[in-house]
Amino acid sequence: MTEELISFASKQDMLAKSKQFWNPDKTQFWIDSGVPLVIDRREGYFIYDVEGKRLIDVHLNGGTYNLGHRNPEVAAAVTAAMQRFDIGNHHFPSLARTALAEALISTAPDGLTKVMYGSGGGEAIDIALKSARHATKKRGIVSVAKAYHGHTGLAVATGDERFATLFLADRPDEFSHVPFNDTDAMEAALKARDVAAVIMETIPATYGFPLPAPGYLAGVKKLCERYGALYIADEVQTGLMRTGELWAISKHGVNPDILVTGKGISGGMYPVSAVLATEAAAGWLTEDGFAHMSTFGGAELGCVAALKTLEITGRPEVRSMVHYIAAAFTDGLGMIQAQYPDWFTGVRQDGLVMGLEFGHPQGAKFVMKRLYENGVWAIFSTLDPRVLQYKPGILLTPAVCEELLERTEVAIAKARDDVAAGARR
Amino acid sequence: MTPEMSRAPVSVSELLTDPAGVPRARAMLQRAEWAGRSFARYDKPAVDAIVRAAAAAGAAGAREYAERAVRETGFGVVEHKVLKNVACSTGVVEHYAGHDFVTPRVDAAAKVVEVPRPAGVVLALTPSTNPVATVFFKCLLALMTRSVVVVSPHPLAKEVCAHAARALGEAAVKAGAPDGVIQVVDEPSVPLIDALMTDERTSVIVATGGLPVVHAAHSSGTPAIGVGPGNVPVLVDATADLAKAARRIVDSKSFDNSVLCTNESVLIVTELAATALLRHLKQAGAYLLAPDERDRVAAMLFPGGRFDIRFVGKDASWIAAEAGLRVPNRTRVLLAPFDLVVPEEPLAHEKLCPVLGLVRVPTARRGIDAARAVLRLSGRGHSAAIHSTDPQVIMEYGAAVEVLRVAVNVGNSLGSAGLETNLAPTMTIGTGFFGRSSVGENLHPSHLVQWTRLAYNRDPAEPFGDFTGLTPWQAPAGHQGPQGHQGAQPPYPVASNQRGDGADLRPAAAGGGGQANSPARSELNGSDASALREQIRRLILEELSQLAGG
Repeated sequence: MTEELISFASKQDMLAKSKQFWNPDKTQFWIDSGVPLVIDRREGYFIYDVEGKRLIDVHLNGGTYNLGHRNPEVAAAVTAAMQRFDIGNHHFPSLARTALAEALISTAPDGLTKVMYGSGGGEAIDIALKSARHATKKRGIVSVAKAYHGHTGLAVATGDERFATLFLADRPDEFSHVPFNDTDAMEAALKARDVAAVIMETIPATYGFPLPAPGYLAGVKKLCERYGALYIADEVQTGLMRTGELWAISKHGVNPDILVTGKGISGGMYPVSAVLATEAAAGWLTEDGFAHMSTFGGAELGCVAALKTLEITGRPEVRSMVHYIAAAFTDGLGMIQAQYPDWFTGVRQDGLVMGLEFGHPQGAKFVMKRLYENGVWAIFSTLDPRVLQYKPGILLTPAVCEELLERTEVAIAKARDDVAAGARR
Repeated sequence: MTPEMSRAPVSVSELLTDPAGVPRARAMLQRAEWAGRSFARYDKPAVDAIVRAAAAAGAAGAREYAERAVRETGFGVVEHKVLKNVACSTGVVEHYAGHDFVTPRVDAAAKVVEVPRPAGVVLALTPSTNPVATVFFKCLLALMTRSVVVVSPHPLAKEVCAHAARALGEAAVKAGAPDGVIQVVDEPSVPLIDALMTDERTSVIVATGGLPVVHAAHSSGTPAIGVGPGNVPVLVDATADLAKAARRIVDSKSFDNSVLCTNESVLIVTELAATALLRHLKQAGAYLLAPDERDRVAAMLFPGGRFDIRFVGKDASWIAAEAGLRVPNRTRVLLAPFDLVVPEEPLAHEKLCPVLGLVRVPTARRGIDAARAVLRLSGRGHSAAIHSTDPQVIMEYGAAVEVLRVAVNVGNSLGSAGLETNLAPTMTIGTGFFGRSSVGENLHPSHLVQWTRLAYNRDPAEPFGDFTGLTPWQAPAGHQGPQGHQGAQPPYPVASNQRGDGADLRPAAAGGGGQANSPARSELNGSDASALREQIRRLILEELSQLAGG
């Protein structure tokens, strides 16, 4: 059936049409980067190029495929749900949305009591920011410099100008940016008490996973409380057991006022995102429940996928496995790093959230290319291309883990030679 | 070992209602794979500490689990189960105290080094009749050899087995074993067991149960050690000490109300010894059924020709009462005489209750034939017993019966199980090729470990290496021996900028803020690090001043 709908003469033909009809710049970028990837088949942590090349996926689209591609349990749940549900009607109370809301709240940090739905992370961030503004009756939003929270109207204004100014979507009057890991700067931004919320990824992904200094996030939460702002934990990338706990923020002893989840929440099968909020932060739901609407927000098939994803992710076996996998990477990457300390300069790791630092401003791009040649797909950090995002799946087997480390070691060595050769020229 | 899997009062269709447990079981196997990978590199002292701790936990719960097992299954005798639980925990560990299944062995003369390689993930299928003892036994054998276990208990004994397995697992992990070293299925079902057996992450199945389970294990495509049912003949000739023989047979047959698969099934006695033996049997607590009584008992135990599992592990007086018989209070065994060991004689088949078939034979020679006939019905490869002082008869018996162990002048229940002989103490009797199994011995730790042999060129010109003191194994990281265990396996995933040297950090409790003051490692250069320290210092001061103020 797929062949009837999708058919190209060749990969070249397909790429040409991709430039013609879809996104010429992006299509060309990957060709120029030495990653001419067109993903066809996918299974578990493997993706296959249309020409058959197999890659281990350690990009996972920011955790969307935490459970692997086409996880059979999630696929079975969605397939079964399609016999009964579709997207649903967003105006009415829904079986699937209510069940998921209850499941989310029962596994959430203390204090979160209500769930609002979107269809993607950006939309969820917008809902979170709108909710905070409603609750505090303030407009200001503070985020960290080089932050990334999505591309929708409000979300894009919280992020780096890289994505905002092009579309004239920056709003410097309401959205301020402070350096990461700097409590003084945070306090200065909050002091005027005109800020509705501070929004923080628990570990900023697109900035290459710089780790919050010990006590930093708890300190920010304290400042929020002092100056009447809400704390929004963006757990789109860090949540869902990636750090060895369901929500990374709980490792910092912070109970956020709002928590946002997306990407991996529905197992990569059907898009859905969710905002979890305290009673106070979710006040508009009681005042005017029709104030925010989304036809696809909380689509019922997505809710079923998310229920299954949450069940799998919450298994004690899975938590234990993540700890094993994290330790295997600590050891394995540590050994590689010991061999190339001048080039492979650091590992930022919290569980399976990892950023590999290289000693060149564009270092991660070199490594990405060599990894691709060696059968691994990992992406550089858009806002800090020294750092490679390295995000293995939470259900990784020992065999794939070992294979991945071997391929990584070879690619890192080759990229080091590439950089050295470039410097000599 | 027992025919219960096929005849349990739980129908297959009922068991099929919970295939939902299958994905969870697969998750267990994957966790087990990780745990096994970690455990396979532990050294001998670390393994010893873990084994001792797990065995002690088992022994400490011996009585509680015996009581719970009898309550849950309705089978057996608490006191006897206590004995088995101790024998299969600290008893087994003491038995193998001098053995080493962990350290490489060097044979300089043969120029061979042998490196032990654990099985990996052991799937332990355990029965309802000896539920806890079998769980203890299989788990400890695995721990001794650095394998990890997933226990799938019989549905009739699932609760007590889950508790027992968890107790052992918790004690093992506390002593330094990797997390998930022992896992247990809470809701066993046919599809779930099938999924576990056929999964490639299962390294070996150790199956104790009825024939269907054992056959399924052997047909799964996964290496399997399956042990089938017994049907134990016991021969007594005139050279035996008949008083002792009678006492031993009654003790053995009434032990745990005959739920051990090694319990005697048919007593074969030569005419010359019969009268005296029967007198001694009566004194020891056996009751000889009259022909009409025998018929009533046989009809009751074998309705439609199949053993009714209602009678498994019930005591003799209860069975007599059920048959409407009046027997003396102290009756421990019902003796059911019959003439010929043939398939249509129900009493010649396995009886997991204290009803013992009785056949008189003119000579020992005919007795041996009768014993062979008993084993033709079932129990091939399992066990037999003989009470005699004539080595020639004993040798002829042993060479004729198709079993792989014969208990001599000892009750078979504990004799063939190795608790009252010098056989390996076991809850798992290998029935060998006779019984269509790969293992013919009593299961022991060696069955769960294989050896990589580093074999040198035998040309004397090629020298053998000096392996003195070399071991590829270590104590797990952070493991400081049985008293001072510090590090968990795997370690908790502390963020890389919070790992201090040797510090054992844990996540902050909710509400806690700064949780560590160790210097950041790879994150920061020197000036950033000092800025960070300054920042932390300020945060701490701030907290302190708030405390003082509030």
